[in-house]
Amino acid sequence: MVWKISDETAYDTLGEEVRLTINGVPIRAPQDQSLLVTARQNGFEIPTLCYHRDLPSEGHCRLCVVEIGEYPRTQIVNSCTYPTQAGLVVQTHSETVLQARRLVLELLLARTPKAKLIQEMAAAHGVYESRFKTDDPEELCILCGLCVRTCREVVGVSAISMKGRTPDKQVATPFMEKSPACIGCGSCAFVCPTNVIPYTEKDGVRTIWGRDFELQACNVCGNYIAPKYQLEHWAKLTGDPVETFFVCRDCR
Amino acid sequence: MPRFESIDHLREYRRQLIAKRDPNQPQVLVCAGPGCLPMGSEDVAAAFREELEKNGLAAKVVLKECGCHGLCAGAVRVLLRPQEITYQHVKAEDVPEIVEKTLKDGQVVDRLVYEDPHTQEKAAHKKDIPFFKGQMPIVLRKLDVIDPTSLDDYLALGGYRGLRKALLEMKADDIIDAIDKSGLRGRGGGGFPTGRKWRICQEVEDEPKFIICNGDEGDPGAFMDRAVMEGDPHAVIEGMIIGAFAIGASKGYIYVRHEYPLAVSRLQMAIDQCRESGFLGKNILRSGFDFDIKISRGAGAFVCGEETSLIHSMEGFIGEPSPRPPYPAQSGLFGKPTVINNVETWANVPEIINLGADWYADIGTEKSKGTKVFSLVGAVNQTGLVEVPMGTTLRQIVYDLGGGIRQDREFKAVQTGGPSGGCIPPQFLDLPVDYDSLQSVGSIMGSGGMIVMDTSSCMVDVARYFINFLYQESCGKCTPCREGLKQILFILDEIIHGRGQEEHLGLMEELCAVMSAASICGLGKSAVNPIRSTMKYFREEYLSHIRDKKCHALVCRPLLKYTVDPETCTGCLACVRECPVGAISGKKKMAQEIDQELCIKCGLCYEACQFEAIKIE
Repeated sequence: MVWKISDETAYDTLGEEVRLTINGVPIRAPQDQSLLVTARQNGFEIPTLCYHRDLPSEGHCRLCVVEIGEYPRTQIVNSCTYPTQAGLVVQTHSETVLQARRLVLELLLARTPKAKLIQEMAAAHGVYESRFKTDDPEELCILCGLCVRTCREVVGVSAISMKGRTPDKQVATPFMEKSPACIGCGSCAFVCPTNVIPYTEKDGVRTIWGRDFELQACNVCGNYIAPKYQLEHWAKLTGDPVETFFVCRDCR
Repeated sequence: MPRFESIDHLREYRRQLIAKRDPNQPQVLVCAGPGCLPMGSEDVAAAFREELEKNGLAAKVVLKECGCHGLCAGAVRVLLRPQEITYQHVKAEDVPEIVEKTLKDGQVVDRLVYEDPHTQEKAAHKKDIPFFKGQMPIVLRKLDVIDPTSLDDYLALGGYRGLRKALLEMKADDIIDAIDKSGLRGRGGGGFPTGRKWRICQEVEDEPKFIICNGDEGDPGAFMDRAVMEGDPHAVIEGMIIGAFAIGASKGYIYVRHEYPLAVSRLQMAIDQCRESGFLGKNILRSGFDFDIKISRGAGAFVCGEETSLIHSMEGFIGEPSPRPPYPAQSGLFGKPTVINNVETWANVPEIINLGADWYADIGTEKSKGTKVFSLVGAVNQTGLVEVPMGTTLRQIVYDLGGGIRQDREFKAVQTGGPSGGCIPPQFLDLPVDYDSLQSVGSIMGSGGMIVMDTSSCMVDVARYFINFLYQESCGKCTPCREGLKQILFILDEIIHGRGQEEHLGLMEELCAVMSAASICGLGKSAVNPIRSTMKYFREEYLSHIRDKKCHALVCRPLLKYTVDPETCTGCLACVRECPVGAISGKKKMAQEIDQELCIKCGLCYEACQFEAIKIE
């Protein structure tokens, strides 16, 4: 059997329906769908930071942990990658789970004390300040990897990736140089939950990851559409002449 | 090397090989293992070659550079067969004497033989040395007698007999049944039953299947797998071929650290020999089974010893773990079913198939069968590689094999299982060493590192050392491991610098609980062991660091206080000259004084003083 963690977007690949219980409530859900999706579909809220419905889950943040099994043989697993299986007994808000979520948020709050999202989520879990040490009070990146996965899975160019290990790990272009693979689309900055990816637009030039991209204006309204380089990338993908893309969505 | 076209051909070749070899022919076996090689075993072997030539013995005496002989404290070691005389601390200049006395006259060179650290009794023969007496070598059996570059040597000692039996007499299911029945559990640390893992992989309906040998040994102070890969590469390969046949894999990979260049070249040489003689490639021994092995080199990340990280590293991605399920046996390398086992596990397989599951299951304890190789290092008299049956007690390993604690100090703790193992205190010395017992006292079997510590070790400092290692090796993927280790390291630093508070202990316990439960992989989950075990068994040490600001083992420098004893100080000014910050002052020939404000606690004054007038507290 091959595990396939599916999402609500891909019903056709889901397995047959199985029965399980979440927080004592009997539930039916498609087999191998992630526990996170199963729980959310049934109204059990589970907080997440690194999950996105359009991206493969990798389990970075560990906020979505749930407890499975029955006392005393229980186990903490991350719900975003754990498959829904027949007979599973799941607790989404047990004391162990809440303790883990609180500590993860407290650790992230120490890492990124100024990140709005982390402050809010921590407060929602009753964590208002961190007992841990902060190295860089200006740090905003929580290393959730959403940008990297977006660039790889959605954009399909893999211009950025994680670099290094330990808390000093960074999202970066190869060798920290201007990446020829980057098309300047800005999807990474768009998906970033803490708005940490530097991104500017000025005088028809977009700057991202240290590279300047000339923006293409719409042939009809004159508003900027996207970097020329990105449109050329599209043209290459579709085989259409690049001029096809010189009209913005509103004017089409 | 002939190409073996059939099983009979192999049998016939082996028969001739053994018939050709005279068991009474003198052999000089120089250890070229990880411990002896840097101590000059190449020079010793060259000296032997020259000396044998000079004495006209070159044709009569066989000279080999072998794998690890075990007792690394006595590097360079030389074994002389058939008398089984073993010499230690051999240097090139000792060689003429050995040739003259032992090889020509059959006498023992007294000054080169083993001497008991306590009784000073000498023992020339391997069987009389306590270090070897308590051992039961299965994986290490051939290491000190074969030339790792020679397939003939391996065949002469029964090599590829397990493979022959597996291909000729057994079906895939029989092999898995045998491994299952033998009770073999993964030797890389997890202890998952090997037979069960193979069965899961065999039952997955997907093609192709892969076999991986995990040779990414990254624990500080551990060299078991390295010794096996360097000293007996064919055993690993034979195990892998048998495993591949059992689960139906067509391709195997050996993942070795790039830092083990000798292991890489020995394995490559063995693979080439196997291809040449028909143990690898198409239609192995005319059985219709195809299998080949490739070496994949790791770039030295500790986390790549974890199976999912290792697989990602092999696929060309960053070496980061991914959450399980799916397990590699279901979806591993390139998404295909993959059996991944450690070097030692693979090296056990041929013997189990050859001698039978019952033979193996008779060794060891109820739930942990067979033997385990440990690299015994640290504060013991006799450091080296040992292979003991599961269930041997820590006391036997430390005192009987290891010869007790160096300088007759007191035993304090033994850390098993590499950096993420726990420190086991003296009250558990009689604990039988097996997977479950070690776990019950908060440690792990790991891949078999065993670091012995005496009273000169400070357990807070020990914990800091291992946490620092793990912190630097944490891949940074999941929050608890990445941020948790950093905060634990910070807290330990505070404690070591005398800024610790009692709340810190509770905070570390909280971190440990979440890290062990919520980390993705084994690194984060087991990283808490050194902290938990030291906080549990050596809590008073933490408290003395926190409350009294004292390190009784005199290790944590920031907590030490250097003073001059005015009674013994002669005023020679040796310390004054050494002090890099000018903290020591006083008149010549008068007692000196150390300015505590200025002192940086470097300890140079202590080393410079010849009158023991510098006191540390």
